[in-house]
Amino acid sequence: MDTMLSAFGNMIKSFSDWVTIIFDAPSSRAIVLGVPIRGHLLVEGLLFVVILFLLSQKSYKPPKRPLTKKEVDELCDEWVPEPLIPAITEEMKYEPPVLESAAGPHTIINGKDVLNFTSANYLGLLGHEKLQDSCTKSLEKYGVGSCGPRGFYGTIDVHLDCEARIAKFLGTYDSILYSYGLSTLFSTIPAFCKKGDLVVVDEGVHWGIQNGLHLSRSTIVYFKHNDMKSLQSILENVTHDNKRAKKLRRYIIVEAVYQNSGQITPLDDIIRLKEKYRFRVILDESNSIGVLGSTGRGLTEHYKVPIEKVDIVTAAMGHALATEGGFCTGSARVIDHQRLSSSGYVFSASLPPYLASAAITAIDVLEENPNLITKLKANIATLRKGLSDVQGLELVSDPESPVVFLTLKKSAGSMKADLQVLDDIADNLLKEHSVFVATSKRSTVDKCKLPAGIRFYVSAAHTETDLEKACESLKKATALILAGQ
Amino acid sequence: MDLRRLRSSPPPHPPDQNAAAAVIIKMITIPYVTALTTYFSYGLLFAFGQLRDFFRKIFDWWSKSTLQGYAPICLGLEDFYIRRLYLRIQDCFNRPISSSPDAWFDVVERVSNDNNKTLLRTTKVNRCLNLGSYNYLGFAAADEYCTPRVIESLKKFSPSTCSTRVDGGTTTLHAELEECVASFLGKQAAVVFGMGYVTNSAILPVLMGKGSLIISDSLNHNSIVNGARGSGATVRVFQHNTPSHLEKVLREQIAEGQPRTHRPWKKIMVVVEGIYSMEGELCQLPEIVSICKKHKAYVYLDEAHSIGAVGKSGRGVCELLGVDTSDVDIMMGTFTKSFGSCGGYIAGSQELIQFLKYTCPAHLYATSISPPAAQQIISSIKVLLGEDGSSRGAQKLAKIRENSNFFRSELQKMGFEVLGDNDSPVMPIMLYNPAKIPAFSRECLKRNVAVVTVAFPATPLLLARARICISAAHSREDLVKALEVISTVGDLVGIKYFPAEPKKQQLEGDRVKLE
Repeated sequence: MDTMLSAFGNMIKSFSDWVTIIFDAPSSRAIVLGVPIRGHLLVEGLLFVVILFLLSQKSYKPPKRPLTKKEVDELCDEWVPEPLIPAITEEMKYEPPVLESAAGPHTIINGKDVLNFTSANYLGLLGHEKLQDSCTKSLEKYGVGSCGPRGFYGTIDVHLDCEARIAKFLGTYDSILYSYGLSTLFSTIPAFCKKGDLVVVDEGVHWGIQNGLHLSRSTIVYFKHNDMKSLQSILENVTHDNKRAKKLRRYIIVEAVYQNSGQITPLDDIIRLKEKYRFRVILDESNSIGVLGSTGRGLTEHYKVPIEKVDIVTAAMGHALATEGGFCTGSARVIDHQRLSSSGYVFSASLPPYLASAAITAIDVLEENPNLITKLKANIATLRKGLSDVQGLELVSDPESPVVFLTLKKSAGSMKADLQVLDDIADNLLKEHSVFVATSKRSTVDKCKLPAGIRFYVSAAHTETDLEKACESLKKATALILAGQ
Repeated sequence: MDLRRLRSSPPPHPPDQNAAAAVIIKMITIPYVTALTTYFSYGLLFAFGQLRDFFRKIFDWWSKSTLQGYAPICLGLEDFYIRRLYLRIQDCFNRPISSSPDAWFDVVERVSNDNNKTLLRTTKVNRCLNLGSYNYLGFAAADEYCTPRVIESLKKFSPSTCSTRVDGGTTTLHAELEECVASFLGKQAAVVFGMGYVTNSAILPVLMGKGSLIISDSLNHNSIVNGARGSGATVRVFQHNTPSHLEKVLREQIAEGQPRTHRPWKKIMVVVEGIYSMEGELCQLPEIVSICKKHKAYVYLDEAHSIGAVGKSGRGVCELLGVDTSDVDIMMGTFTKSFGSCGGYIAGSQELIQFLKYTCPAHLYATSISPPAAQQIISSIKVLLGEDGSSRGAQKLAKIRENSNFFRSELQKMGFEVLGDNDSPVMPIMLYNPAKIPAFSRECLKRNVAVVTVAFPATPLLLARARICISAAHSREDLVKALEVISTVGDLVGIKYFPAEPKKQQLEGDRVKLE
């Protein structure tokens, strides 16, 4: 038993001696940087190497196999695009009536003289002798187009004159001309409203504003159409307890006279709210310049609000001024900023010079003949009186608005069905009564949800008989079409 | 910053050969020293601007602003650029003229009493040679055939219709114009709008939407960029005028599908321009069209600068490069340039135009194109086609080609770095240094030559350039005078970056490629 124990003891001793010999081997006693490497350090060193090795290994991921060329080829072959446009339906084939003469209060369609209510020629300046003269002179001197953007020799002296004339007429510091009415707002808005800015806007605004807002990438909040209570509660909501809102640029965007409903914005309320909540106002005066106010200076004059209170005023000139293009007017800072930052101004050819001369002359004529506005106002009143009792239709526009807007009293179910009924009425009016009116057609990209209607653009050039005839005809046509429903 | 620009070198063979064959792609390279001095100049401008702003802030702090509670209406950096860089040289831009933008025009002199901050018009004018307007065919001035007809139309239809096309803004003239444009382009139908910019930015949102993809050239015009952004479609960009990269992007996108959901794209549209207005380059249309055809993508071609200006009968890049117009799904163009009018068109299949007329906001909500402008387009197209009973149209087309090629080759001989392709009437001359922008422009104007200079933001910061637009209205003497002046001024401001032909190879080895 003892021998076995001692043999076991010897075995352990010889093993430990053997281990000691290995550990004491010269290689493990190396001195690195003055530190002698002992046996246990070697083990630790080995462990360290293993850890490093494991760390250097990538964590497990399923192997990534990019699509092979053949697979991409197959995918490309299999892909079937949708057709570029949807199938053409009957309603898409609509062709508007073709005018055979100027779009004055009376025009010729299919060889027949018709009474025209589709032209926003509010003051009857279309075809005015003085405008025609200035256009002719301008065409002879400058040619038709300007052949360049404003920056690159597309600035013609009449453009500068026109800008100065508009600013003088409205009492602002300066103004800037755009070459198309529709492009005015969708260039002006992105020039001032940037990503993250806060914009509160009426839900009934036209597509130009909607597109401008989309391009601006601002935060957009809609308020109920022409509803100041809704506006106030939204302003309260967005500014209340929102410290960030103070650092953002904040805008309210409204139209003076809404293209889509004929209603007028209560500017006094807007100004009160704007000052209370410290918002800036962008006002589109397309349908109110030359119409509202005692001398036609627009909504600000109508409400006797100084124009400086409205930060940015824009307008298309294809309405009362009977020319084309658009302008924006305001303080020096607002205008100068646009000259380099507004895409529709910088990247587009300038307004044909003859249209700028026409605008200058139109303002001159307007200032010389304040009776045009009186006549227009009387015409609006007459037409509204005649249209107030059309069975089945309802006047929704403001009593002072030159856009007289009628909607169906009883909706046919959907916007499309409503529009069909209204189109039938308009069609009947033109064919049977020779009265040309327009319905409010909507583009599929337009987000405006206001009800469709029939639109009368009243002009100072319409006579009393014209207006009476229009009212009588509409009554008959509506009765006929609605009875057939 | 992406400074990789491509350009095609001058063709190695005579210019009468097919222009497409001559296209050899090369990077714009900029000499080390020039790159260095350009960065240094901008750095200096920036530093001084910041210094001045610092003092301004102190003053502003003293006299507190009245706009308490409102965020500043202009963005900081954009505003800084305008105040400290642009205003110093603003006399080189927006120069008013007081005549038609013909071969020679009257440039109104302006003076400034406050270091260029504001410019006042004087009554003095300078008769200058016009190398800036897009008057490619010379229709900007009064024309013996067009002008009387335009005035006739003015008398008959007045300057405006005050109505939209779908309501009461379609006159017989508008119908005639659309037919005329469609047959000129060899398409079934066309629709016209009153502004070129609106044409692009209102059409794209109608055709493309969520779930569709727009693949756009990296140097496409702002109106296309805005239209694509307004559409809500996904936008991808391919390297400027590089069909191989387009194919790569197309294949990648078709294989990947929509981001996140990986559903297949509804439709893909490739948007290119015929002539790139800042580069003077022709689109590599044949290659791009064949790639699009192969991958079932729709082609949208913007011919703003090329329609009327190039091609044997003025029908644009399709005619010049031998592309069948039926392969281009949507042909867009403007009337502002070659036809000397205003507005834009879309031409395509009967169904496409019907659909656009039904739903395009520019057709539904915008005032229709002014009747006299419409007449100008009809008449100028008639002149081009020789329907006026003369050969003036053909002469104009021959003249602009000859003028452009003459001017371009002479500029290259002088050692200027000229971008763009043969046959293109647009030729940018590289300036690079910011100080050379006003120097070149002012010195040319002093010698009665009006040129356009372009800088940031229209071009990348380093690649400022002058742009020459040649017109058929220029006579040979005009061009010779212009070349003399540009050569003198070029020596003066030092922009002959390729001085002598033999040295060229050596110089190129010395250049840095910027990425």
